[in-house]
Amino acid sequence: MLKFDHVTKVYDGGKKAVDNMMLEVEKGEFVVFIGPSGCGKTTTMKMINRLIEPSDGSIYIEGENILEKNLVQLRREIGYVIQQIGLFPHMTIQENISLVPKLLKWTEERRRSRAEELLRLVDMDPEYLDRYPHELSGGQQQRIGVLRALAADPPLILMDEPFGALDPITRDSLQEEFKKLQQSLGKTIVFVTHDMDEALKLADRIVIMRDGKLVQVGTPDDILRNPADDFVEEFIGKERLVQARPNIQTVEQIMSLEPATIGEDKTLSEAIQLMKNRRVDSLLVVDEQQILKGFIDIEIIDRNRKKEVQVGDVMETNVYTVEKETLLRDTIHKILKRGMKYVPVVEANHRLIGIVTRANLADVVYDTIWGDEENLSMNHQ
Amino acid sequence: MEFLTNNGAQLLLKTWEHFYISLIAVSLGVIVAIPLGVALTRIPKVAAFVIGTVGVVQTFPSLAILAFFIPLLGVGKVPAIAALFFYSMLPILRNTYTGVKDVNQSLLEAGRGMGMSSWQRVWNVEIPLAVPIIMAGIRVSTVYLIGWATLASFIGAGGLGDYIFNGLNLYRPDLIIAGAVPVTLLALITDLLLGRLEVRATPKGLRDSQEAI
Repeated sequence: MLKFDHVTKVYDGGKKAVDNMMLEVEKGEFVVFIGPSGCGKTTTMKMINRLIEPSDGSIYIEGENILEKNLVQLRREIGYVIQQIGLFPHMTIQENISLVPKLLKWTEERRRSRAEELLRLVDMDPEYLDRYPHELSGGQQQRIGVLRALAADPPLILMDEPFGALDPITRDSLQEEFKKLQQSLGKTIVFVTHDMDEALKLADRIVIMRDGKLVQVGTPDDILRNPADDFVEEFIGKERLVQARPNIQTVEQIMSLEPATIGEDKTLSEAIQLMKNRRVDSLLVVDEQQILKGFIDIEIIDRNRKKEVQVGDVMETNVYTVEKETLLRDTIHKILKRGMKYVPVVEANHRLIGIVTRANLADVVYDTIWGDEENLSMNHQ
Repeated sequence: MEFLTNNGAQLLLKTWEHFYISLIAVSLGVIVAIPLGVALTRIPKVAAFVIGTVGVVQTFPSLAILAFFIPLLGVGKVPAIAALFFYSMLPILRNTYTGVKDVNQSLLEAGRGMGMSSWQRVWNVEIPLAVPIIMAGIRVSTVYLIGWATLASFIGAGGLGDYIFNGLNLYRPDLIIAGAVPVTLLALITDLLLGRLEVRATPKGLRDSQEAI
C-alpha cells in the first residue's frame, strides 16, 4: 500500500530529520509513528502527502511513485487530519466535510448525501450540517475533522496527533470510536503521536523513531514484550512493561500455592498456634472442601480471647478475593490502592487455591527491573 | 436657507461630483491594493519595504501631492483622482496584508493537505477570513478620502471644496458652511453604509463567532 524506499529528509542547515527510512505499510493497517519531539515522525508523515518534499529516496503508494504525481491530485486522494482540527470557521459543517468532494467536482446532491452519511457514522444528527464550527464542542469539531478526511473515501488517511488537543475523556472516547470506524471501513492509517497509551491502544503496528531513524517496528505486543533497547524501554515506561510482563499475566502465575488456612471448627488457641508456626498474622478460614469462608487475624483473636468460641464464630466473612484468571495488573492495582496485605485466589466455586501477597508483588517488580540483567550476566558467564 | 433655495441644484451637483471623485479613487485603491496586499503576503521580504514606502507617501502633505500631479496630468479631475488614489492605498493595503497574513496557519495547512491549489486557498480561505479586516481598511480609507477630496478643488477638480475655497477667498462664511456640512454628512453616511456592508460581507460563520467572543 505504502512504501518508503531509502527516504531521507535533510532540512536547510543540514539537520537530518529523517535518515534513510525503509518501511512498508499494508493495506488496512493502522500504523502509529511515535517518538520524542524532533524524532522525525511528523516529517515522515508529511512527506507522504508532500507537504514536505523528501531530499532523497522514493515513496510509493500502491506502487506509484508519489514524487511523480500531480501534487494537488495526490493530496486529494489522501485524507488528512491535523491536531489543530483546522475546520474553516467561515464554512458550514457541510461545506467543511464536503471540501475535497467539491474540489473533485462532485454534484451538490452527492456532496450533501455523503455528508449526511458520514455524520451518521459518528452518531451526529444531520441538522449539524448547516451549523458553523464554532457552535460545536472540541470533540465534535474533531469528529468533523475526521469525517472531512473520510469524505472522498480515500484509501489512506494521515493523522497528525489528531486527538492531542482534546481533554482526556473526549480523547478516550474518540480514540475508541475511531478505532472501530477504521476497522469497519478498512482504511489504511498513518498516525503520529507522542502518547504511548494512544499508540498501544490504536496501533496494529507501532513505529518508534529517534533522531530520524527507526528504532523499532512491531505490534504493540511485540514492543511491550521485547523492547529493542534501553531507549524504547525508557520510552514505553517501566509501569507499562510490568503490566505487560510476558510470562506473568494472570494472578495464577504468581500466587503462592499454600496459604495458611484453618478449619471453622478449630479453637482460637489452635489458630494462634498455627499462626506462630507459619509466622503469619492472619489465616484464611476454609471448610473441608477448601471453600473459602472468611479470614481470621490476630486482632480478632485478641478481641475474643477470653471467650470460648470457635474460629467459625468470630471470623470475618467479608473477604475480597480474585479469581485465578484475573489479570495481574488489576490485582496489583487493588492491592496497592486499597492498601490490602494479601488477596486470596479462588476458583469459580470459591474454592481456595492460593494467595497473592505483597511479597509476591515484590518478586514481580524485582524480576522486571533486575531479572533481565541477571539473565544477561548469566549468559555472559 | 436662502442659499439653499438659490443654489440647491448646484449644491447637489457639487456633492455628486465630490462623491464620485472619492468613489473612483477608492475603487481604484481597492482594485490595486487588495491584490497587491495578498501578493505581498507571499513575499514577506518585499512586503515590509512596500508597505513602508506607501506609508511614507501617505505622510506627504496632500496639497503637495495634488500640486505634484499638475505637471504630470494637468489640472482637473484626473490628477485629483490619481492623488486621492495614492492616499486610499495605504489603509487598504495594510489591512489586506495583515488580514491575510494573520489567517491561522493550521487552516492553511489543512487546506494544503487536502489538495487546495494556491488560488483556491486565496479565494476560499484567506480572503473570506480576511474580509472583516479588509473591509475596515476600505471604510477608513473612504471616509478620509471624502475629507481630502475637498482639496481636489484646488487643482480644478470641482466638488464641495469649491464652496469652501470660494468662501475663504470671498470671506463668506455661508459658503464655507455650505461646503463643509455636506462633506461631513457625506462622510458620516458613507461610513454608516460601509459599516453595514462590512457586516454583510463578513462570512456568516465568522460573524456569529465574533459575537460569541
